[in-house]
Formats: sequence, structure tokens, C-alpha cells
Amino acid sequence: MKYNILNTHTHNIDGIAKVTGRAQYTFDITRPGMLYGKILRSPHPHAKIKNIDYSKALALSGVKAVVTGKDTLGVKQGIWRRYSELCDEQILPLEKVRYIGEPVAAVAAITEEIAEAALDLIEVDYEVLPAVYDAMEGIKKDAPMIHEGVERNINVTRHIEWGDVEEAFENSDYIREDWFKCSGQAHMCMETRCAVAEYTPEGKLTVWTSTQAPYYMQALLAGVLGMKESDIRVISHYTGGGFGGKFELDGAQFCSSVLSMKLFKPVKIVYTREEDLIATKCRTPMYYYVRTGVKKNGKFMAREARVFTEGGAYTSMGATALYLTGFFHSFPYKWEGYRYDGYRVYTNTIPATSMRGFGAPQATFCSETQIDLIAKELGIDRFEIRRMNGHTPNYEVPGQATIASCGLEQCINKIEDWVKSRGKLPANRGIGISSYGFMSGGIFNWFDTPYSFSSAVITVNCDGKVDLHVGAQDIGQGSNTTLAMICAEELGVRVEDIRVHSGDTAECPPDLGAWGSRQTLMAGNATKMAAAEVKRQLLEFAAAKMGVNIVYDLDIKDRWVHSLARPERGLDYFEVVKAALRGKEGQRLMGRGFYTPHRKGMISPAYSYGVQALEIDVDPETGKISLINCVTAHDCGQPINPLGLQGQLEGAISMAAGYGFLEDLPMEDGKILNPNLVDYKLIRAPEMPETEVMEVETYEPEGPFGAKEAGEGLTNPTAAALSTALYDALGVTVKQLPITPEKVLNALREKEKEGK
Amino acid sequence: MERHLLRVTVNGQEYELYINPKTLLVEVIRDHLGFTGTKRGCETVSCGACTVMIDGMAVKSCSILAMQAEGKNVTTVEGLEDHGKLHPIQKAFLDHGSYQCGFCTSGMLMASTALLKENPNPTTKEIREGLDGNLCRCTGYNSIVRAVDAVGQGKYKEDQA
Repeated sequence: MKYNILNTHTHNIDGIAKVTGRAQYTFDITRPGMLYGKILRSPHPHAKIKNIDYSKALALSGVKAVVTGKDTLGVKQGIWRRYSELCDEQILPLEKVRYIGEPVAAVAAITEEIAEAALDLIEVDYEVLPAVYDAMEGIKKDAPMIHEGVERNINVTRHIEWGDVEEAFENSDYIREDWFKCSGQAHMCMETRCAVAEYTPEGKLTVWTSTQAPYYMQALLAGVLGMKESDIRVISHYTGGGFGGKFELDGAQFCSSVLSMKLFKPVKIVYTREEDLIATKCRTPMYYYVRTGVKKNGKFMAREARVFTEGGAYTSMGATALYLTGFFHSFPYKWEGYRYDGYRVYTNTIPATSMRGFGAPQATFCSETQIDLIAKELGIDRFEIRRMNGHTPNYEVPGQATIASCGLEQCINKIEDWVKSRGKLPANRGIGISSYGFMSGGIFNWFDTPYSFSSAVITVNCDGKVDLHVGAQDIGQGSNTTLAMICAEELGVRVEDIRVHSGDTAECPPDLGAWGSRQTLMAGNATKMAAAEVKRQLLEFAAAKMGVNIVYDLDIKDRWVHSLARPERGLDYFEVVKAALRGKEGQRLMGRGFYTPHRKGMISPAYSYGVQALEIDVDPETGKISLINCVTAHDCGQPINPLGLQGQLEGAISMAAGYGFLEDLPMEDGKILNPNLVDYKLIRAPEMPETEVMEVETYEPEGPFGAKEAGEGLTNPTAAALSTALYDALGVTVKQLPITPEKVLNALREKEKEGK
Repeated sequence: MERHLLRVTVNGQEYELYINPKTLLVEVIRDHLGFTGTKRGCETVSCGACTVMIDGMAVKSCSILAMQAEGKNVTTVEGLEDHGKLHPIQKAFLDHGSYQCGFCTSGMLMASTALLKENPNPTTKEIREGLDGNLCRCTGYNSIVRAVDAVGQGKYKEDQA
């Protein structure tokens, strides 16, 4: 199919605002009479709050208010609203703190400096309690209880099973078991968490905030503040990064709202980088036990995984990560029998949640590392073992998922060709490969919303220009551009004819927002449906005017309304719009679209696939790894925006490779030891490898124009490919992320010992 | 409170302000003059989101006091564009998709512009090293390197002021 707009080089529609510095982020918002808020945080990992005395703070000149849990409704909130037991976090807790950095009080003052100074004047009387910091310790019988009544600190369990696992193991010729440990990771958005809340005497609250999901913020704030959702307006026109860390309610949003409601003044809270690192949420650390059975010829038979995730102090999106890691640990392969048992364990550490990949990077690292070890022991080619067992189009994962499009095999072939083209590598070089796949948005309605998962409203004005209102959120991934392209393609106009309205709950229809790689497929379908509705109305008028037999004989392409049979016969789009408006007594043309997945299995309506090769250089003296090349063959269905796609790929590599060998959140007694950008290492420009993406085009029947997920899944393979590259280079594996020089050297010493 | 007179030129305009001498340059730029295109992403001079040019050199504006810019020419991202005409580096960023969330972009643009001033034809290695002080969590840098390289190669010559 030839498209006018899709898969063409298109500038991001927010691009000029961003390169000229005009884009206004929450960080940049000031309001008349605005006050500045600061949050007092717990120095203890686990302690009872016996008393808070803030009289001295309140007496400080310039301080306007101090609030504690007692000034709130004390609602235990959480994003898994469908299950009350998983709503376990009081922001500003009433009784006890459960991690270092947890908010205990908040101050509003006329300057940030005064608010900061006031924090030192608040006296909190704590009764320090025994604490536990590790999932494997937390699950023990005698571990301190972090949440009342939660035995062994087991917060959530997940079981996934299909086939006869025991029989499949019995029929295996070779069984291997391994333990892995996957670390946490900070989202490290360049814009730290921040909010400006403004409560007015009308009883309405407006909150500007840096978020991935304005509708979630609106609904969650309504819950904790005891307000109607529609009396709260959340505005987030530009979000300085999200990566899974900005769709749950945070302390900045909640405390600024509580302070503003007390004072009837706008209150702004911006987290420092340190606060953003210690007192938000992070990628879920996981212990992985994996037992895998295969046939001599490499056919995968059975897999059993037991996973303990370090949940931190609260449930958050960690409940979803626990499920998804279990499912994606099977991916993208076929198993006769598969069993996963996941345990999410509360610990007195920063709460663990979703982060780009959502449990799948951990699952993929463990799976792919082990597959290479198996292939080596059985003497089977590493491409062959993946090809032999990989998902194929129309495969059904028993009881879990129905796969429609799947380009995995083509991806394997392309990467195999590339690896072979590299020929013999110099010493200490290696190329690792990893297959991966990911969902295109989730199916399960744990947020318990009556709204459609995505919706869009399109209005066509008398001059033919189009207003597209979406609740989908552009956090830099380019969804506004993607949706404008989908709208322009369907309606037959140009991208510059469309103005996208997003990031404002008062203007835009509800949508679950930017997470789980859902927007291209779900908001894309809603947009396409709304555009089709408008187009149908236009073609009614055009058909009457042109005297063709049936409406469907007409189409619009590049502002030309024409007969399909004779494209040169047609009318100018703008003229047809004007005529149509007149015919409707001057009403603007409107179309509505929505999407909620139905009957698509347990996980997602569609899945992306791919294979990545990562070439590295290892210095055996120091253990230092350098990234050389990263080549990815990628099936995201029909690519929509190639420039955006490349950006997603490269960005994912930098974040996921960072997870593989640089980034970590080391702790001592629950205290994060590297809470700043000097000690927390991110990949910088000189460390990035050369990157190449090879698109494998498939057509996904469930997606708009055949499109599916293209941003998050790309984070899944890189840590795994780094691990398999190390194995390829030096014949050693490191089963604990991140793969630091020290661990590489230890592995080399181990190998030497075994050799002797 | 102690107040000092600061005379500084920002984006071609001369300003005179009385400020607390402890005020950082980034605070004058953002809070006093309202050029909010310049961002802040850390407290440790690590991220480069606040990068501006002072007399053509890239400087992290959170790392110096405003008084140190006395009598100097400061350029922020708002100073790149000229009456609606984008600077070549801005055009190159658009063409190469060298930004996503956009929060590091102003700093990246200023660091890139200063880099090209000092070294008009950098190798990609020199570009990468030149941008070492600027963090980006979204793009993975390669699109930024391609944009700077394109300008260095003269692909935006006709856009040069």
C-alpha cells in the first residue's frame, strides 16, 4: 500500500517549539502570587511517626503553611485501583515511614530558600523500627513486617502456566538451571518530578505537572483529595521525559495540591535531582531462578522460572511489572510447558515500579544469557536455536496471547547476515545477539476506568484545517506527530493542516496515557476512527456533488477529493469542506473515535518483535567494556514515522545498554549511595555505539494501518545482547546486572581457575 | 540584603539589574530575565541542560555566579533564531530528529554551537567529545551527532547568517 504521509520523513510537530526554547514545561511555569513548596523526608528506612512539631517552621518569616498527613484525608492510594489491598501508599503517611526519602511534611513559603530553611525547623519524633532491604531477606518468616497484616512481606504473587511442565521436562534431553540478579535503575528524566497546583475559591484545582498520563493524575488526585475528577484540570503540554516513572501520583503533585487547597494560592514544587533519585520510584530489581529443558536438537521443551522482585515500600506499578516479566520471560519462543511463579516482596527501599520495558529487559537478559549457554553446550548455532523455537505469525501462546503479525524469523535472518558480514573479529571483541518482543499496550483494566482506553475527537473548521483532540500524551516520544500523521493519512490532508491538542484534561478526551507502548496502536486506532468518521461526512457531500453511484467510490488524498476509478476527476478538499459545512447549517464537521481492546488474550492486542546484535570490545586487563556497533532488525508492523522510530531505537539502546553495564542503585542500610549525576553514571555521547536499524515490515491487523509498538520493546534486548557479547568475546558470563569491570574480571578469574 | 549592579548583555540586549551577588547566572537568565528556554537538570554541574554561550564559549550557567558575566555577551537558546529565521543548528536538529522530550535540547544546541564556533569541521569523535558534558536521556546522542556533523559539513551553508 502506498501512503502519502506514513513512513515519510516528517519533522516533529513540536520541534520548532523545542529548538527555539519556547516549549514551556512545568519547570518553567510561574503563576501570579505563586509560593514554593519543599518536602521534609524521612531519614529512616522504617520508623513510626510519633509526633511532628512544626511550630518553629511556621514561625519563620515567609513561611505560609506546613502540612503533614493530618492535613490530608489519609487515603491510601495506588494505581491498581481495582484492588483496594494494592492501594497502600499514603503520600504524607500518618503512622509510619517505610523508606528513606518518604515525605513526612511539606512547607509552602514565598521562596524556595525559605521553604528549605523551614524544613530544618520541623521536629519529628520517630520510633525507629527494624528494617529489611532485600527481597530474599524480606520474604523470610522472621523479617520485620512492613505493612500491617502482610505476612512475609509478600505483596503480590503471580502464576503463569501452560502445557504439562513436568512431562515436558521429562521429555527433555538437557536441563540447565541458573540464578540471575537484575538491578534497579533510575528513570532519570531530564526534567525532575515537579508540579504547580492552583486551587481557587470556585472549588476547582488546576495542576500543571510533568506526567505521562494527565487523566491518571486527574483521577488519582480526585481520589486522594476527595474531589470530583472534572473539578480537577491537569495540564502537561510538555513533559521532560517519563520512561515509566511519571504516571503514578508523586509527592510533588500531592503536596503542592494539599498546600494550595489550604492557602488558595498557587504552589510549585520541583524535586532536586537527589529527591528525584531517592524519593520517587525505580525499575524493579529482580532475583531470577530459571530452569530450562531442551531436546538434543535444540528444541525448547520446558521452562520454569521463579522470580522474587524487590518491591520497595509500596505496590505502585510493580504489580504489573511482576506479571509482565513472567510473561516476557517466555518470549519470543514457543514452549511445550511453561511455568512462572513471581513474588513481589515489600522492602524498606524506594518503591520499585515500571520503567521502559516493564520487567521485560530483566526477563530477556536472563533468558537470552541462558539460551546462549545452552546452545554452546549442545553445539547448536545461536541463530538456529532462536529460529527453531521462535514465535511465528498467528501463533497462540496457550491461554495467554494471540499473536497475529510476527516478523521474528526475518529479523533473525537479517541479523545473522550482518553478524556474518563482520567476518573474523579482532581479539577481545564479541558480538552478542538477543531476540525480543513486546506488547502494544495492555488489556487489563486494573485502573478500573469506565472510559475507553483511548479516544480522539476531530473537528474540521470552515477553512479545512483540522483540530485533533487526544488524551494521549506526548512525552518526547513523538505521539502528537504520529497521531497527526495517522489523522492526515486517513483524512487525506497534510500534517500541517492538523493542530494536535493534548496534555490538558479540560480540553482532551480521557486516555490512559503514554505507558506500556500503547499509544500508537490504541490512540492511533481512535484517531483513525475519528478521521474516518469525518471523511465519511465529507464524502457524502462530494458524492452528491459529483454524482457517483456509491460513497465508497470516492477517496481523499493530499487535499484532493476524487473518484477511485478516475483519480483525475475530483474536487478541492477545501471547497468540499465549505460546502459540507453550509449543508450542515454551519456546524463544524466532527468525528469521534475510541479504542478499547477486546478478546485479545490476557496481555496485549499486538506484539512487536526484533533481534539485536551488539558488538563490544572488552579489555581483559581492566574488564572495561566499550560498545562498538549496535544493529537491530525490528518488526513494528507498518512504520509510521521513520525519524521518530530511529530516535526511539537509539534512545532505547542508550538507556538499556546503561542498564547493562553502567547504571545501578547501590544501597547501604536502605540508603541510596549515588543520588546525583556525578556518581550515577549514564551513557554520554562518546560511549554510544554506532547504530543501525533494519525495518522488517509486517501488517498488524489490529493496529492502525498495520502499525504496532515501536518504542518500549527496543529497551528489552540490549542488556541481554551485552551479556551474550561478553560470552562471545571472552567465553564468560556475568549473571548479575550491571556487568561492571569488576564483575568481568571476577568472571575471568573464575574461568582461569576452572581451566587449571 | 546586599545588592550588586550587574550589567550584562543577553541575546544582544543590554540589561542592568541589581542582584544578590550569590545569584547564579542561570537564575538571572531564567528567573530575572524570563529566558526559560535554559533548563536545569541537576545541582552538580553534571547534566549541561543550563549550557549557554558567554562570548562564544559554552558555559554551564549553573556553575558560575551571574556577577562573573559582568560586561559579557551571553547567548541563550532564545538568541539563536533571528526574526523567525532559524539558526543552521536548529534546522539541523529538526531535520535529524535530534531531540525528543526537549528538556536537554537548549543546552545541547548551545554546546553544539560553541563547538562549531571553535572547530567548524569537527570529526564525529570530536563532536562526541565536545558534547560529553551534556546529558540526554531520550535520544542516545547519535541524532545530535549527525546534526552537528551535517552543519560542520556545510550542509546548512545557505542558512548561515
